[in-house]
Amino acid sequence: MTAAPLVAEAAEAILQAVGVTKRIPLHGRDRGRAVHALNGVDLTLRRGQILALVGESGSGKSTLARLLALGDTPTDGEIRFAGKQVRPGRRADRRAHFGRVQMVLQDPFSSLNNLHRVRYILSRPLRNFGRTSPAEIEGRILELLERVNLTPATDFIDKFPHELSGGQRQRIAIARALAAEPVVLLGDEPVSMLDVSIRLDILNLLAELRDRDGLAMLYITHDIASARYFADEISVMYAGHIVESGPAEQVTQEPKHPYTKLLLAASPNPDRLTVGTEAEDVDVDVDEKDLAEPPNLLAEPVGCPFAHRCPDAAPVCSATAPPTHSFAAGQLARCWLYDS
Amino acid sequence: MRPDWLGALCRIVWPRNRKVAVGLVILLVLVAVAVVGPVLISMLLGQHAGELHAGGSLEPPSGRHWLGTTTAGEDVLAQLVTGTRTSLLVGLTGGAISTGLAVLLGVISGYSTGKTGAALTAFVNIFLVIPGLPLLIIIASYTQGRGGWIMVAVIIGLTSWPGGARVKRAQTLSLRNRDFVQAARYAGESKVRTVLFELVPHLAPLIASTFLFAVVSSIAAEAGLTFIGAGNPTTISWGTMIFWAQTQGALLSGAWWWFVPPGLCIALVGTAAGLINFGVDELSDPRLRGRRAGGRRKARQVPAAVVEAA
Repeated sequence: MTAAPLVAEAAEAILQAVGVTKRIPLHGRDRGRAVHALNGVDLTLRRGQILALVGESGSGKSTLARLLALGDTPTDGEIRFAGKQVRPGRRADRRAHFGRVQMVLQDPFSSLNNLHRVRYILSRPLRNFGRTSPAEIEGRILELLERVNLTPATDFIDKFPHELSGGQRQRIAIARALAAEPVVLLGDEPVSMLDVSIRLDILNLLAELRDRDGLAMLYITHDIASARYFADEISVMYAGHIVESGPAEQVTQEPKHPYTKLLLAASPNPDRLTVGTEAEDVDVDVDEKDLAEPPNLLAEPVGCPFAHRCPDAAPVCSATAPPTHSFAAGQLARCWLYDS
Repeated sequence: MRPDWLGALCRIVWPRNRKVAVGLVILLVLVAVAVVGPVLISMLLGQHAGELHAGGSLEPPSGRHWLGTTTAGEDVLAQLVTGTRTSLLVGLTGGAISTGLAVLLGVISGYSTGKTGAALTAFVNIFLVIPGLPLLIIIASYTQGRGGWIMVAVIIGLTSWPGGARVKRAQTLSLRNRDFVQAARYAGESKVRTVLFELVPHLAPLIASTFLFAVVSSIAAEAGLTFIGAGNPTTISWGTMIFWAQTQGALLSGAWWWFVPPGLCIALVGTAAGLINFGVDELSDPRLRGRRAGGRRKARQVPAAVVEAA
């Protein structure tokens, strides 16, 4: 599942976030302050490619996905589809966008309305995006169910969500997203609520859809190991910044940013079982207390957001924002370490 | 494609839950009485609600006057049956107006963000703190019984919605951020359709129970208004019956047949509403419906089967 980096560069950019910033104003006692959810983030999804967005809870992964899907409007920066800016304020733009960019939400138990049958759930996007005539809808629904491997489709079409398992529900959610015939699929942790045994099924299904339909995909996850397995490219987020990005193999095998190194050290990796490899030594001299502190998203970002947890922090790190350094094969890291 | 709510309605109309069945039977009997009762009484017993000196003054129940007579010699049964019609009409109209306003204002103020939502919420809150009963009395004494029962029902409906609206608003607030509402947006649904087809069905049990109790409280409010003399004493309803019984000293003279039947009827409507409310949950939970479809006996076996399977 690894794509050659050269191919990656050549593929057409389809959905882009350019310098996207999101501030979420607070209410009540903290009125006037805001959460700095995203700080000038750039992200590019390419046709036929899977980009994994990795990071801890609260790092802004889901916020970014929501902005890309026009579920929310960015405070600053813009979302571009095929090079053209999408204006979330315009109803026509929004509607057209929903027809091209679809989202699969994390929890299949809450993303399907349990009052509607599968038939109704899948018929709505078919009707709304007007690409299917009313007479063909039933046939299209059965086709969609088969596409997400819910067979025989006729058994599933009249079921209520509560009659389905978590994996089956997530397949319905994916089918609903596919019903709009999108060119981009955004998966907000699409497998994290599922049993470990069916995660791989769903990931393989998504990869298959990518291969067959040439979809661009965003795969949000905590799990950098699954990102390596599944994605062509990985972007690592921390406190609303993308700290490292590049081809999946490159980022997981030769991480450049200290945060990526820590993430990798925290995930079990059979390749790294041998004693004394460098990756395991990463956090040897790190004080546990320092590491426990989460980033302060309320403060205006100054310097590197990871500085107070970073094992390699220098005085400059907490004073000035780090530059982006590019490496071979399109790998980028936002860190002072590589500033010569 | 059969709409789901139709199936739900069928299952509510033919309940397998005994409490709901009893409640529905009580309500249906009262409705039947309201519809055909006055005609039947005049045909079979030759009694009319408004007829003075149909019998002696304050006669106890007898073969001719099944529920006795009033001080003016009117037949109490004929009055009760005619009063059922008025009271139920007031209840249903007042309940419908009150519930309709509560749902409309509650859902819109809960769903819309920004200025519209804030303004509506403020509006609801203002009406919430205005004490309902004094307002009701002031408006009712201003109309002085003009407009008959419809006026009374409208006044009751217009003053009793704020509590219900608050509840709908709270529930809407919790529903609007659920994933399936967001997912409906991504599926290209319009705002109105999202609210009507994704959100409101989840409020159905709440709406149904609000409606039931709005009906009961409208009937009680009408009775209360007429009892204190703010209604129109010339219309015949359960409330006016109790009003006349009280002013004519039925309690002192021991004429229980005059005030007990209307009081009992009001209590019966309340009981029926309470019993039906047990079945309302099934409206928005297909899981409960599925269990019902298998019948009572099978339903009891389900937990055992689940335990075995586990």
